[in-house]
Amino acid sequence: MVDYLVNLDPNQQFYCLIGGVSVLLFIASSIGWVLKTRLSQQAHASEKSRNTINNLVVRVNAWWVMLAVLVVAFLGGKLGTVILFGAISYFALREFITLTPTRVGDHRTLSLAFFLLIPLQYYLIYIEWYALFTILIPVYAFLLMPCISVLAQDTEHFLERTAKIQWGVMIAIYCISHAPALLLLKIPNYDGHNTLLLFYFLLIVQLSDVLQYVFGNLFGKTKIAPIVSPNKTLEGLIGGGLSAVAVGAMLWWITPFTPLQSAGMAAVIVIMGFLGGLVMSAIKRSLGAKDWGNMIEGHGGMLDRMDSVSFAAPIFFHLVRYFFSA
Amino acid sequence: MLTHVVRVSLIGLVKLLIGANPRWVEAAPDLRKTPAQSIYFTNHSSHLDTWALWVALPAVMRARTRPVAAKDYWGNGIIKPFIALKVLNAVLIEREASRHRDPLAPLLAALAQGDSLIIFPEGTRRAQAEPGDFKGGLYHLAEAFPEVKLVPVYLDTLHRSMPKGSWLPVPLICTVRFGSAITRIANEHKKAFLNRAREAILKLI
Repeated sequence: MVDYLVNLDPNQQFYCLIGGVSVLLFIASSIGWVLKTRLSQQAHASEKSRNTINNLVVRVNAWWVMLAVLVVAFLGGKLGTVILFGAISYFALREFITLTPTRVGDHRTLSLAFFLLIPLQYYLIYIEWYALFTILIPVYAFLLMPCISVLAQDTEHFLERTAKIQWGVMIAIYCISHAPALLLLKIPNYDGHNTLLLFYFLLIVQLSDVLQYVFGNLFGKTKIAPIVSPNKTLEGLIGGGLSAVAVGAMLWWITPFTPLQSAGMAAVIVIMGFLGGLVMSAIKRSLGAKDWGNMIEGHGGMLDRMDSVSFAAPIFFHLVRYFFSA
Repeated sequence: MLTHVVRVSLIGLVKLLIGANPRWVEAAPDLRKTPAQSIYFTNHSSHLDTWALWVALPAVMRARTRPVAAKDYWGNGIIKPFIALKVLNAVLIEREASRHRDPLAPLLAALAQGDSLIIFPEGTRRAQAEPGDFKGGLYHLAEAFPEVKLVPVYLDTLHRSMPKGSWLPVPLICTVRFGSAITRIANEHKKAFLNRAREAILKLI
């Protein structure tokens, strides 16, 4: 079985994965459908259980859409993938800046962040200019954005405004862009397989989120950070995290890793994703919101879905680059 | 055909840029369920205001809702009148008052036809979201058509998306908040009515 999977060409492996995820989603949809029918037959079903199940169904439906979008982008090759993540960054930054109090003096800086910085960052990935890709935002945007803002001569909360914009740009553009940047890594004996590595990364991050939610709902008792994120429990983290690591280990055949290395990488992704979710939740709350937006039904906004990706992607990228790329 | 294509693309573009998500606040009846002839009046802070409100309306309502726009800006050239008259089906009015004709005449004619209107009672864009004092137009329209619903609308982020004087927008999510239609009070004074209408928008903030 394993030999068979390892020897498939990357395209066939890709379709195996899509098939696998579709089966999972199909099971989830069926469970949702069964629960919904059962509940509608009960006369005394509580409002809460009704809401939980409706939310489950809506979430699973959104997952089908997200999978479809991802597959279409991947079929579009490097260009399709870069455009998809560029759009994700755009919507994520839009949500971040909508909740951030900015002033008229920031207007030009913000326009340029959306319409110059996003295309430029993703263009650098497309042409595989690694050196500039890593410093464009931390060096050039970091210094030039306040230079543009300062020309408006509005000193009120200047540092706070600048810092918040830089945070938004770092998270929504720089960090998220490290996921598609996996395509530009040159890994020995892994030519033409990089899309699979990106798929592996996204699958582990999102599966970890979903499994933590499921385990948390089933067994959750001990809240980890009730003030920041009331839904995160120790039981959810351990159950969901370990399952995601196990899946990561089992998927070693699509990666350049050995099974053990793959488990380790998955563990890093799980931990960074978890912490990212926590930090982004704290930021959201400090900006006075419960969800980043309402773009993805049942999930909230784009950033509610991408918070763990943004924290896990750069670390995963650099670990792979340091230890596995030529 | 061309008009239709341009209209659909512009709606897509507006959603991509500012979302323009409708929200029916508190008791506001869901317009999709009870479409009625209305005057939507809203705070005015950017060139995107008309677009946001127009896109946020359900398609059935949008087809019968006409933004009010300034003739001196939208009437010149080829593209602007095409967008204003064909795509938006706007009612163009003179901004400069004239002694010879009633500037509200085109609006009264549109209402008489059964169309709904989008108007900015302040008459001009402001730097902040909170509306300033209203001009008398809304009062006169309300007087002439007592059965038309007067729906307050609040646009929350557009003063940041495209403040006066800017030419490139910042994409921020705009939530278009529809309030319940304001009630009519018999023999109410113009000033009191206009204040009450303004308050109705402030309540949506």
